[in-house]
Amino acid sequence: MIEFTHVYKKYDNTTAAADFTLQIKQGEFVYVVGPSGAGKSTFIKMMYHEERPTSGKIKINEFELDKIKNHEIPYLRRELGVVFQDFKLLPRMTVFENVAYALQVIGKKPAEIKERVEHVLALVGLVNKADSFPSELSGGEQQRISIARAIAKKPEIVIADEPTGNLDPGTAEGIMDILERINQQGTTIVMATHNSTIVNERKHRVIEIESGKIVRDQQEGGFSEHE
Amino acid sequence: MNSLTFKRHLIESFKSLKRNGWMTVAALSAVAVTLLLVGVLLSVLMNINKIASDIENDVQVRVLINRGTSKKQENTLRQNLAKLDEVKSIRYSSKKQELKDVIGSYGKEFKLFSGDDNPLNDVFVVKAKKPKQTVKVAKQAEKMKYVYTAKYGGASAKKLFKIVDNIRTWGIGISLLLLFVAVFLISNTIRITILSRKDEIGIMRLVGATNGFIRWPFILEGAWTGLFGAIVPIIIVDFGYVWLYRILSASLASTGYHLLTPGTFLIQIDLLLILIGIIIGALGSGLSMRRFLKI
Ligand SMILES: Nc1ncnc2c1ncn2[C@@H]1O[C@H](COP(=O)(O)OP(=O)(O)OP(=O)(O)O)[C@@H](O)[C@H]1O
Ligand SMILES: [Mg+2]
Repeated sequence: MIEFTHVYKKYDNTTAAADFTLQIKQGEFVYVVGPSGAGKSTFIKMMYHEERPTSGKIKINEFELDKIKNHEIPYLRRELGVVFQDFKLLPRMTVFENVAYALQVIGKKPAEIKERVEHVLALVGLVNKADSFPSELSGGEQQRISIARAIAKKPEIVIADEPTGNLDPGTAEGIMDILERINQQGTTIVMATHNSTIVNERKHRVIEIESGKIVRDQQEGGFSEHE
Repeated sequence: MNSLTFKRHLIESFKSLKRNGWMTVAALSAVAVTLLLVGVLLSVLMNINKIASDIENDVQVRVLINRGTSKKQENTLRQNLAKLDEVKSIRYSSKKQELKDVIGSYGKEFKLFSGDDNPLNDVFVVKAKKPKQTVKVAKQAEKMKYVYTAKYGGASAKKLFKIVDNIRTWGIGISLLLLFVAVFLISNTIRITILSRKDEIGIMRLVGATNGFIRWPFILEGAWTGLFGAIVPIIIVDFGYVWLYRILSASLASTGYHLLTPGTFLIQIDLLLILIGIIIGALGSGLSMRRFLKI
């Protein structure tokens, strides 16, 4: 359950979020669309508490983010699998170790970690890159590692900021298959995207943001209002 | 933290050392240079201190006997000396023995004085019961018959005491200063290596690592840096000290003062260097990453 109540986010001279009030229930699949600079990433960053709202309340599962303490933040993030727009892979760790890190953090045993990591790397088609370092990978490969890391721990909520931004249409469809499959297993998916084809072909709820305002929130919506 | 997690942190810290490449080398060198300074200065200061207390506790008066004094007369003198309340022990040392000591500490050139050319005196080495009594013993001995002169270790002692006191005070001051410099240098180098990893720490936070989980490998890495950084200074200090000890103790032999023997002393210095390295390394990295753990 994700709940925003009158949330504002102001940077120095931009309002990236104005009066966001909405709910996303467990198991929903939500696209967040809008032009570049609209506030999609800001919306997403506030969910995992990288950005803090200027005012208003955010609730993620049992966590009330206006009251959360520094030492509780990791536990919030453990319930979320985040695919970052800029991937955020650890540069000194191999692909395998990057994905494994998210599992070590929650105290999984080495044997289970190995099995899970190999499984998700196979899902995103990068088993052969397990021992490479992020700097040795293409943008699309890094993006898929970021996705693998986000889903490896089977989180209740997956938040993905442009997870298909660097992928060719074929690979992008493959990633969408994965996201829809884990969504069918009950995982909430929140996904910011510029990809009109995907949004129009795989219909889900669409939240459209423009200059920091929610201008549309539509079940089974298209990429733009009348599609 | 369970043993599984700790093992993970341990492995992680080693991997990180390896992958940091030249950063690790830089940190290690800084630690090594600093600890070498600490080691050398500490050895010097502790030996000065040792010799200072040797001098302070020197109870020895050397009573030089007139040349040409007969055995019998020497015995009379011995009895007279023994009568003094302050005297604890008397040891006889013939001029032959004296020359041997000289040759031992100053070199073989003095061998040409052997035999009848020996210019030295027979000596009674008298020990007072307390260091303060040496002056009195010497003065009384000087007045006795057959005595050429009486010297006490502290002939120059009054002046020396002052110098030694000064050195001690300064020594403590310098040691503290050096320790401070060591803390500063080591933790700063480690801080720089951590600064370069600010983004990494941020990412770890973002994927749900607790601060403890992030911190431990860094702390261990700092500790390793301190430990490995201590190896080279330890080797240099140990070998250097043994070498100097051999040279210096020969020339110090005749004075009755001694340097600290390498065995236990070096083990103490080594342990101290390791301890300083580990503690400062661990603390340095633990503390300097604190502000990156708030994302
Ligand atoms: N840290 C920041 N400081 C100042 N302004 C910021 C900051 N982050 C974002 N902004 C501004 O807030 C607005 C929203 O940015 P945001 O990243 O949320 O856009 P977006 O919808 O994700 O865009 P894109 O599709 O290009 O990723 C932009 O005008 C941006 O310049
Ligand atoms: Mg964005």
